Amino acid sequence: MSIVATDLSRTVEDAAAHLYVWALKDIPQDLRDALADAAGRETSVTGQRVLQTILRNVNVAEEEKNLVCQDTGLAVYYCSVGEHFPLHPARIYAALKEGTERATVEHPLRSNTVHTLTRENTGPNVGFRIPIVHWDFVPDWDGLDVKCVPKGSGSENMSFLKMCVPADGVTGIKKFVLESIVGAGGKPCPPGIVGVGIGGSADYAMHLAKEAIARPVGTSNPDPLVAQLEDELKDLLNETGVGPMGLGGDVTVLSVHVENADTHMTLNPVAVNYQCWAARRASAHVALDGSVTYERDA
Amino acid sequence: MAAHEVTFPITDPAEILKLRAGDEVIVQGHIIGIRDRTQIRIFDQGVEPPMDLTGAFLLHTAPGVRKLGPGRYEKICIGTTTSARMVRFTEGLGSQYGVRAICGKGGFPDEAIEPMQRLQMVYFAIVGGAAALETTQIEEIEEVAWEELMPECLWKFRVKDFGPLTVGIDAHGGSLYRDVQDRAHKKLEEIYARL
Repeated sequence: MSIVATDLSRTVEDAAAHLYVWALKDIPQDLRDALADAAGRETSVTGQRVLQTILRNVNVAEEEKNLVCQDTGLAVYYCSVGEHFPLHPARIYAALKEGTERATVEHPLRSNTVHTLTRENTGPNVGFRIPIVHWDFVPDWDGLDVKCVPKGSGSENMSFLKMCVPADGVTGIKKFVLESIVGAGGKPCPPGIVGVGIGGSADYAMHLAKEAIARPVGTSNPDPLVAQLEDELKDLLNETGVGPMGLGGDVTVLSVHVENADTHMTLNPVAVNYQCWAARRASAHVALDGSVTYERDA
Repeated sequence: MAAHEVTFPITDPAEILKLRAGDEVIVQGHIIGIRDRTQIRIFDQGVEPPMDLTGAFLLHTAPGVRKLGPGRYEKICIGTTTSARMVRFTEGLGSQYGVRAICGKGGFPDEAIEPMQRLQMVYFAIVGGAAALETTQIEEIEEVAWEELMPECLWKFRVKDFGPLTVGIDAHGGSLYRDVQDRAHKKLEEIYARL
């Protein structure tokens, strides 16, 4: 590697280490607002108990400089790499892995990563194909955006895929989302963000559902037809009464985010990926000269 | 819905019988941290746990800690995991070891209701994800066994004002989870008819 690339590699590593810990400690403002709003309209006693405890916890995390949730998750990064950014994605990946490992050892953070068959812990939150990195490439640009979305297992375990058929239509999509979230009950730490991916292929629908949860609460899909589906699903889910932590109440979800892709004429895939209330995300912009700007959403 | 304070481990089952689904509970005393691999070792591999679980309060956790020395750990961040994965151990914990309370998040499915009633046990719901707060309520990690399962060891914590917890399943056959799910599924039928 050239000197420029070596320095940039170190910069990306530092950014990853910072992002991972920042995301785990500091819940985004849109989530704080949505949770406060939820507490304002929840009428059940148990629901209020849960929401007040959540709000208290977000403040305690800040005061104690501690993690909001003990589940440091699997480290997941989304990278947008500019065409003229001098560090190759292979090196970016290595730097993200180093940064994740460093943050885990230095903080220290709980290590969650295990071999999928032996279940032996691999050590510092990295392993074979871990962290998970999603790539996007941007023409006519020389920067790098990195978004860290550490995802806990309680909500990731509540992921569902159904290959609806075209004749199931939009009703089939709605029913599947409803039955998935009611069935999940309190397990994914509601109220959170329901990510829904529709269209594409089986794997791509789940990818889209995952992308959807990384969007801030209060944003809508740019396609009005899809945005309408988001609003309708949110209202219907909040009619079910599952409530905070599945103990009953008015607020089952804070938001529903749908991401879509066109699909094959015989396909109608729908994927659901739940994001718990502790929806953690943090971003960094790395410029060509090695300067880093930290923003919630890059 | 009543509010209670209970100190664990308990010796008098009346402490459990007074609790009803939906009640609020604050816990004092000592609680035991346990998780998937810990219970797989006890029940599937037949290894006796090196801690007394009589009258105990078990917490579904795998804490984030810093090692201070041999067998000594400092808390970093301690929170609670999803219970449903571990429901099949309920019967054995109660009948073989005398456990009285299991605490986790997300609830136990209905198969836990009957053994909990028969063995006079309760399930406490904690607020999942609220680990920063939970950590402040754990005063000390007093004992650790099976360190090779880190972080899924057997942990003994001393707690102060641990909660607020909600009684999710009581020892009288009551379950908030079953009630909520029954109502939600009825509501779904209503919604489906409108779609």
